[in-house]
Amino acid sequence: MRWIWIDRFLEFVPGKLAVAVKNVSLAEEHLHDHWEAYPVMPMSLMIEGMAQTAGILVGQARGFREKVILAKVVKAQLDDLVLPGDQITYRAEVENIAPEAAGTSGTVLRNGKCIGHIDLMFSHIDQNLGGMEFPEENFVFTGQFERLVRPFLEKGNA
Amino acid sequence: MPMTGDEVFEKVRETLVDALGVDEEEVTPDATLTGDLGAESIDFLDIVFRLEKAFNIKIPRGELFPDGIFNNPEFVKDGKLTASGLAQLKTSMPHVDFAEFEQDPDINKMASLFKVQTIVSYVKTKVGG
Repeated sequence: MRWIWIDRFLEFVPGKLAVAVKNVSLAEEHLHDHWEAYPVMPMSLMIEGMAQTAGILVGQARGFREKVILAKVVKAQLDDLVLPGDQITYRAEVENIAPEAAGTSGTVLRNGKCIGHIDLMFSHIDQNLGGMEFPEENFVFTGQFERLVRPFLEKGNA
Repeated sequence: MPMTGDEVFEKVRETLVDALGVDEEEVTPDATLTGDLGAESIDFLDIVFRLEKAFNIKIPRGELFPDGIFNNPEFVKDGKLTASGLAQLKTSMPHVDFAEFEQDPDINKMASLFKVQTIVSYVKTKVGG
């Protein structure tokens, strides 16, 4: 199982906005523990989906030079359950980008209807944890994340 | 039009309530950011972003909260600030009161320097209040 909680980008405006979708399938293992009698998409994994959408947006804005990690969930409020067969849309916008951190705001839609908001803060760890050394290669942005966003950058949709 | 001290305090309080998820009553001038209000390092960055937006000011890195001091062996030795470290801190942060800290400049005690009033004093210098 791969740790990827978005399926495809619908929109990607570098430095500004990213919209990604995730289709919830009963074939996903975790749904059978959460919960067997009534499978529900866990909130924590929707926060992760937003973090991946917003994190790629923030990372690409600085050329994937930074190792961008989720540092703070500023706000996460969803007012509806998400069930197998639903499509989640994550819409993330950049609020702030600085060399050492970034902040994003986001809305979550369930089958096209807004169900809540998730605002996040990311840390660029090379710029932040002074003195600690990290591997030189960017272990945050692996191939699978770059492949998702590449079509938008190549097309010159930037 | 310059803001009054009270107006600055109100807005700083609102910022801290949003950034740290604390109640309004907890944000008193003497409350320490890390001790009383539970702020962590990422919160300091969040606070800087929010203050910039709320007051329409620019806060250069290291001006409100110290930066580049702790890892410099010229400024920190055996867990305490050296004389040049203290001097550097005082120059870059005129809005902080170091009198008590100077008695025992242990870097682990630095967190107690940063109170709500520290932020209010800093913002006042920026907005001319």
